[in-house]
Amino acid sequence: MEHAWSALLGGVLIGLAAALHLFAQGRIAGISGLLGESLRAPLADGGVRLSFLGGLVSVGIAAALVLDHATTNAVAPLGVVVVGGLLVGFGTRRGNGCTSGHGVCGIARFSRRSIVATGIFMATAALTVFLTHHVFTSGGFR
Amino acid sequence: MTVAPSTIPTGLVASPALARNVAGFLSGVLFAVGLVVSGMTRPDNVIGFLDVAGDWNPSLAFVMGGAIPVYAIAYRLSRRRSAPLLVPAFDLPTRTRLDGDLVSGAAIFGIGWGLVGLCPGPAVVGAGSGLVTALVFVAAMLVGMAVEQRLPRRGTV
Repeated sequence: MEHAWSALLGGVLIGLAAALHLFAQGRIAGISGLLGESLRAPLADGGVRLSFLGGLVSVGIAAALVLDHATTNAVAPLGVVVVGGLLVGFGTRRGNGCTSGHGVCGIARFSRRSIVATGIFMATAALTVFLTHHVFTSGGFR
Repeated sequence: MTVAPSTIPTGLVASPALARNVAGFLSGVLFAVGLVVSGMTRPDNVIGFLDVAGDWNPSLAFVMGGAIPVYAIAYRLSRRRSAPLLVPAFDLPTRTRLDGDLVSGAAIFGIGWGLVGLCPGPAVVGAGSGLVTALVFVAAMLVGMAVEQRLPRRGTV
């Protein structure tokens, strides 16, 4: 359980980041929304969405330079990664949110829509992992 | 020339374009540091949490257990303010009705999340790290978003 404390600390930092976005910009820190709206109109909102996304990418660059956390990452074959990406992109826009907007911000606001959405995506994700790791075990998943 | 107090907007900064983008960037940095520290940028951690029938890894529960109370307190405090610091007004979701798009969208998102172990935030951070999986995933995710945004909304059920 040595990872429990770092998970909790990371969660607190995520909560603080979302809180900063709320107090500064008056908006939910939902990553799928930031991405989707940036696709629709990149410079609407004065470029703030792109600045937020630039912060995410910058930390990714820094982490690759400092942490070497890059090698243990892939759990699925590349073809599955493409399908997964398509489904995540489509689903988060249709459902108006992902793990951040619904799972953190929405639940913390006691939003009924977010509580239902989080329950549903947790359930279908767990079912998917059950099928790929315990039923169809020859699919190349790790 | 002096500005009468009554003309100062409710927000903290009168001309906030740069301040807004700096604050947005810092929010993104803090958010991503949280994702990296928590281990959520590692798909194997996420799959371990979702694999309830296997060797269950509870770390995502701790991440949400850290993030949700902090944001819940911040949200309640923010309700006392008439406006955010850098923009004239709060712009938060107001819908409360459950509808078919919410249900089907969340279900589809979960399938993709379970297949790869990446959701949008960690995927963007991983793409910044130059991980092939994350780069391919983000490209496909943007295509999925663009497709969805071109389709008509089904509306409420």
